[in-house]
Amino acid sequence: MNRIDALFYRLRAEKRRALMPFVTAGDPDLPTTAMLINELVARGAHMVEVGIPYSDPIADGPVIAASYHRALERGVKVGHIFQTFRTLRAEGSGRFNETPMVAMVSYAIIHRIGIDRYLNDAATAGLDGLIVPDLPVEESRSLMERASVRQLKLIQLITPTTPKERAVEIARSTTGFIYYVSVAGITGERQGLPSDLVDTVGWLRTQTDLPICIGFGISGPDQIRQLAPVADGLIIGSAIVRRLAEAVNRPRADVVHEIGQFIGEMAKVLETASAGA
Amino acid sequence: MSTPTATSEGAPGILLFPRPMDGPDALGRYGSFGGRFVPETLMESLNRLGEAYAEARLDPEFQAKLSGYLKDYVGRPSPLFHAERLTKLAGGADLFLKREDLNHTGAHKINNAIGQVMLARRMGKTRVIAETGAGQHGVATATACALFGIECTVYMGEEDIRRQKLNVFNMRTLGATVVSVKTGSRTLRDATNEAMRDWMGSSATTHYTIGSVVGPHPFPQIVREFQSVIGKESRAQCLERIGRLPEAVVACVGGGSNAAGMFSGFLEDQGVELVGAEAGGRGPKAGDHAASLSQGRPGVLHGSFSYVLQDDDGQTQDVHSISAGLDYPGVGPEHSYWKEIGRVRYEAITDAEALDAYNATARNEGILPALESSHALAQAFKEARRLGPGKVVAVCLSGRGDKDAYEIARLRGEPI
Repeated sequence: MNRIDALFYRLRAEKRRALMPFVTAGDPDLPTTAMLINELVARGAHMVEVGIPYSDPIADGPVIAASYHRALERGVKVGHIFQTFRTLRAEGSGRFNETPMVAMVSYAIIHRIGIDRYLNDAATAGLDGLIVPDLPVEESRSLMERASVRQLKLIQLITPTTPKERAVEIARSTTGFIYYVSVAGITGERQGLPSDLVDTVGWLRTQTDLPICIGFGISGPDQIRQLAPVADGLIIGSAIVRRLAEAVNRPRADVVHEIGQFIGEMAKVLETASAGA
Repeated sequence: MSTPTATSEGAPGILLFPRPMDGPDALGRYGSFGGRFVPETLMESLNRLGEAYAEARLDPEFQAKLSGYLKDYVGRPSPLFHAERLTKLAGGADLFLKREDLNHTGAHKINNAIGQVMLARRMGKTRVIAETGAGQHGVATATACALFGIECTVYMGEEDIRRQKLNVFNMRTLGATVVSVKTGSRTLRDATNEAMRDWMGSSATTHYTIGSVVGPHPFPQIVREFQSVIGKESRAQCLERIGRLPEAVVACVGGGSNAAGMFSGFLEDQGVELVGAEAGGRGPKAGDHAASLSQGRPGVLHGSFSYVLQDDDGQTQDVHSISAGLDYPGVGPEHSYWKEIGRVRYEAITDAEALDAYNATARNEGILPALESSHALAQAFKEARRLGPGKVVAVCLSGRGDKDAYEIARLRGEPI
């Protein structure tokens, strides 16, 4: 069974929610990324979403875009990233080996490398799924078919601007889980959340059996408590990457440790909020 | 999008309803190029825009109003000028210049800006955003927004703000907010990223007036059709002035909007060679030019599948051109299609060749062309020599060069 399916099968039986941190591969460098992924898993992350740096990420706000540019300026290549994942999987402990890793990757990269080669490399590197934020459902069929023969999930996004009929169509052609984007806009930390978010996700749940994970704008305990009742998982991105940006001037182990503490706290908040749901 | 059934009769001199075979398919594809490679957040806005445009292009009232503004506000039709001294200098075919530089705001960009801002109002949008490289599209959009009383924000790379000060000053005078983009190469590509990011969160109230035939469907079609007036007029003017069509038609290609508009008038005239002049920059080394069609490969950038300058990992490469308007690593998908089917030939013109053409046109015709248009002129001189006397080359002089005075003075080391 794919690690993503296994994770949500288990969490649903235990009535728990998944904590899904996002990290940029190669910011500030790949050894730090590897160290950070291990730390996140040790601190209670259930899945790790890894951003493959891209030069022109139009869905990303300034924090993640700057992180991608830092990684690229240091010369990070997709091949190096896959090599890091392979090593992580080979050296991983029991818990890590059950933890799914998904890549957030632009279709510009997949197309240039070649769909088959990219998917083969991703599968060999121990990835479990892909999120391709610039590949809408109309353009995704070929990638979906070729991913599924390699047991890779293609996680598609539904947003507040997606009409209901279209949301149902996207849900039908998604595997693994649905990535529900909390706000109409780019990635980045936000104070509040849209008032109709809980209702919309509640409606979506009546339309699909797939796990629904919510991302964009989630950065702290209040949002986690608000969304834990309706979501199968919550994605935290910019709040981590912002902390990672400090690694340029400080000992990396300290920064990794602090991010680990932050995720540990969020994991506790999520456990408590899930138990009350 | 529905296929049009009406014709342009009733809107004199302006082709606003190209034949169905000229448009993209339902997915916005020109052959294998085009499509929509954007976040799901934008898909609904693109669908709504496609529907609104499909209605507008068949609405005689909208088209008549647009024609009225093009005539009385922009000053169309723009003249076709026989450049006799340049003809002599080039030493071959007769050169005719399509004077888009004489339009209000000094370039072809206004044709599209007026159309799209009218479309924005028709859709009930209260705000317009745009990206700009040389600043010509930014000025045109700010102008159209002032004309129609609509809020305007223009994204522009910090490097382009430096080399196109005059246009920045004018945009602000026209009431637009100019946002300096400090990411990446700080040029047109980064300005486009920022405009798209704005639109991700603002599309309920905001129309993104894209300035070239690039981006996700339906933008390449919308921009080409608003610019098709250039080709329609040029074709009619050639027939009137010389009694036949030219042997070659030349236009510069960054994103490719003036070229798409110019070429669209001659696409079905098999005897007319169509030639696009790209930015060859300092030479063919990666990073030294912006010649996407001559040197690039098909890939994804800014929402569309087209020729692009990328490395082996799909990362967009840095580009260079003396001309801010051509300093872009991608190109409109229809140009990729025209290249693939062999309908248009694309050539690279270096910075130095463009500067020579700029100087030659200034000294011999009393016209200061934009550095973008100077690439087309340089290519046209080559075509004229190749074709020889008795033949005709029509060139799209897409804009005037006032905006480039500071940059050229800097390169010459002259105070201004």
